[in-house]
Amino acid sequence: MSEPLLCELSVPGRVGFRFPEVDVPQAPLPEGMLRQELPLPELYEVDVVRHYTRLSQLNHGIDIGFYPLGSCTMKYNPKVNEEVARLPGFAHVHPLQPEETVQGSLALMYQLQEWLKEIGGFAGVTLQPAAGAQGELTGVLIIRAYHEANGQSQRNKILIPDSAHGTNPATSAMSGMRVVEIKSDGRGNVDLEALRAECDESLAGLMLTNPNTLGLFDENVEEVVRLVHAAGGLVYGDGANLNALLGIVRPGDLGIDVLHYNLHKTFSTPHGGGGPGSGPVGVAEKLVDFLPGPLVDIIEPGDDEEPPLYGFVYPKKSIGRVKAFHGHFGMMARAYTYMRMHGKEGMRMISEYAVLNANYLRARLRDVYHVPYDRICMHEFVAEGRWPDIPDIQALDIAKRLMDFGFHPPTNYFPLIVHDALMIEPTETESLQNLDAFADAMIKIAEEARSNPELLKTAPHNTPVGRVDEVKAAKELVLCCGFRSTDLSSK
Amino acid sequence: MYFSHTPAEREAMLRTIGVKSLEDLFQAVPAAHRFPDLRLPPALTEMEALSEMQEYALANESIQELSSFLGAGAYHHYIPAAVDSLLRRGEFYTAYTPYQPEISQGTLQSIFDYQSLVVALTGMEVSNASHYDGATAIAEAVTMAHANFRGKRARVVLSPAVHPHYRQVLHTYNHGTPIEVVGEDLDLTAGPEALIPLIDPQTALVIVQYPDFFGRIYDLTHLAQAAHAAGALLAVSVNPTALGLLKTPGEFGADIVTGEGQPLGIPLSFGGPYLGLFATRKEYVRKMAGRLVGETVDNRGQRAYVLTLTAREQHIRREKATSNICTNQGLMALAATIYMSLLGKHGLRQVAELCYHKAHYAAQKITALPGYALWSNAPFFHEFVVRCPLPVDEINEHLLEYDILGGYDLGQDYPQLENHMLIAVTEMNSKEEIDRLADALAVLSYEEEASYE
Repeated sequence: MSEPLLCELSVPGRVGFRFPEVDVPQAPLPEGMLRQELPLPELYEVDVVRHYTRLSQLNHGIDIGFYPLGSCTMKYNPKVNEEVARLPGFAHVHPLQPEETVQGSLALMYQLQEWLKEIGGFAGVTLQPAAGAQGELTGVLIIRAYHEANGQSQRNKILIPDSAHGTNPATSAMSGMRVVEIKSDGRGNVDLEALRAECDESLAGLMLTNPNTLGLFDENVEEVVRLVHAAGGLVYGDGANLNALLGIVRPGDLGIDVLHYNLHKTFSTPHGGGGPGSGPVGVAEKLVDFLPGPLVDIIEPGDDEEPPLYGFVYPKKSIGRVKAFHGHFGMMARAYTYMRMHGKEGMRMISEYAVLNANYLRARLRDVYHVPYDRICMHEFVAEGRWPDIPDIQALDIAKRLMDFGFHPPTNYFPLIVHDALMIEPTETESLQNLDAFADAMIKIAEEARSNPELLKTAPHNTPVGRVDEVKAAKELVLCCGFRSTDLSSK
Repeated sequence: MYFSHTPAEREAMLRTIGVKSLEDLFQAVPAAHRFPDLRLPPALTEMEALSEMQEYALANESIQELSSFLGAGAYHHYIPAAVDSLLRRGEFYTAYTPYQPEISQGTLQSIFDYQSLVVALTGMEVSNASHYDGATAIAEAVTMAHANFRGKRARVVLSPAVHPHYRQVLHTYNHGTPIEVVGEDLDLTAGPEALIPLIDPQTALVIVQYPDFFGRIYDLTHLAQAAHAAGALLAVSVNPTALGLLKTPGEFGADIVTGEGQPLGIPLSFGGPYLGLFATRKEYVRKMAGRLVGETVDNRGQRAYVLTLTAREQHIRREKATSNICTNQGLMALAATIYMSLLGKHGLRQVAELCYHKAHYAAQKITALPGYALWSNAPFFHEFVVRCPLPVDEINEHLLEYDILGGYDLGQDYPQLENHMLIAVTEMNSKEEIDRLADALAVLSYEEEASYE
């Protein structure tokens, strides 16, 4: 049943797509610079369309069913967003056109910056970062630049709670920072004693995910921020979990100094099978001058007759560019459409319903699956995928068995501080019926784990492929199929 | 808005949870800051929102209304209809990173196809699943080379003819690290051989662009040899369309190939999302950042695909990972994969030749005008630099009156290239359009002469 690879479908001499003939006098080609072979596939359009259509049918997506992948906010991606991003006035505009010819794009970016500032409680926003991880990098670079500008270059320590996303420590290390882990306390909050012990002259900042990866709002957040600030550090907010906070609390109001937004999580732009994302960064007043350039601003104010003139400006002490051009405009157009369709009341409802749905699932599952930090959660919660009476069954088995019921499994084995973690984030766009169907399946699987554990161990059964051999993949490393008829590297 | 609960359902859910109201779910949030009064307008319906977005879009002048000769790292190409038709399949675009291979074979096999196509196009041996864009791909190449030598080599030799944005991003990423970048102040008219004297035993990486930012194409064999003689690596940032015609960096001996994949079926979209290409040789596969798909089998004996070598990545290695990359450009990589599948061997060669011939025709027409001259005699692909008789912004303002989007003003990035314009020509520019550009420029050179008299 497996779908052939492109190189297997290719037939020498077949032509799939024709361009018009050249309509100008031909120039001599540069002798000695021409490639002798172009070992690409030879297919025709029907082959290609069927190949990728059949491949698509092997995927699970939000359009097919529930996708409670914790920390990824797999909410419905509205179809109108796709129409908007493809409007000719957006899709066919060059990034380097004169500013007076792209006033529509600039106005939209300006509005999006303003909305993100208002939602996050920040004084400035850059839309340039390409994804959450790049937003984090941008934020840490801003923190470092701020300390340098204040003659505090010795501040090179970043504190990261043990419940943080893996990107946080990787980002800090990439920026040349020293990473120190801070443990969580018994209620899933940052351990204040551990934090106090690390608040010294070398402190650059703390990277705080709030709600954290347990789905819990840190009950001491104001004290955490106060301690870091008192030691001269800044607080970075990982906005991956912002879907819990829209209209609930503004991170800037809590004293967070820098935060990245994920347009592809919170603001409904599609995840695209692993990107493109978009990771704008918001900052407090004292950091505005350090933002990457360029930003969009009003160059000449408008009046009753004329709209304002928008243009690009460079912050005075900018850390520089983090990306070519202006960021993922196509994602910005989608996110802004989504924001306009929710407005003030809708923003709050997004988070209220995301939190309602998560707590409902927690309430339905807590008697069957151990929830280690069992208090009111925010948009997600973490359960243990193991039982003391059946030690053979692990989170992985539960995850794989869920696929047979038509559900994407929750994030598993993360966060690391919970054994056999199953991190469940339903999002606000799921109906009660979908939530119940998922809870029923989870409860059924818990029964099966005792009555027929083999069913879980060998799951999934109803998917296009079964459990794959990851060791073989890593050992044999087959990473491409050759269209090449000669091996260029052996010449 | 996309919520489905009825009031009765909501009440039932709250009862199950054991709270009275939605507000009760937020007791952990400091009361003083809870439920801020956001200064945002009320919600629009889909009809109203679409209409508002159309107004924004109409306030732009799109290159469907203009004849565009603007490139400089983003190119106007024809995108076959089948590309977007397939990209719009919800099974592709509403999926996440393929962590669960059993229900993600579509994404995984497509990435494997992508890796195969990029390897074939660049003449390299392995490709990752993509980076954000051409700029960050180069920054990641620097990190990889630095790590390859365990931090013992800190020098990077960087050609000034690499896209200015890419160079800026490289500096942003490397600020505060031990990496020292040299070469950007070299004479722009010199070829890549001018970089050779800068390569020393401390050099980790040499970086050039091919064709370079000015459209020029050079044989990189000697540069690769010089880099290797010093034990350094060579990274080449490519325009993938050019590789439909020109020798691959692999043939020259490059160790890393990066590039901007936008020309491969991705719309201009005011600068993004685009696609960062990244390929290298097998010996460096474990040093390469980014996701990677490998072939394997499942427990039913079927061929299957899976993310592999994940131990290199941030979610496992945390602060020991060389890169924090996580999300890549999945859907854009799929667009490029479908584009290359459709065009294939013949189509990619054809589009490269169209670009080449049309650009050379345009160069010949323009340089025949008084006051205009080619800046370089080096061979070029589909972009070239013209010395102009007037400031470039003045010329472009004039061209816009003819509905022509002129070339890139190089004086913005290179003070020594004031009054120099970078002109890009692709298969989208008909002969008639090129003639109109030359005519419009001729009016200007005529007016200029007249004003001297």
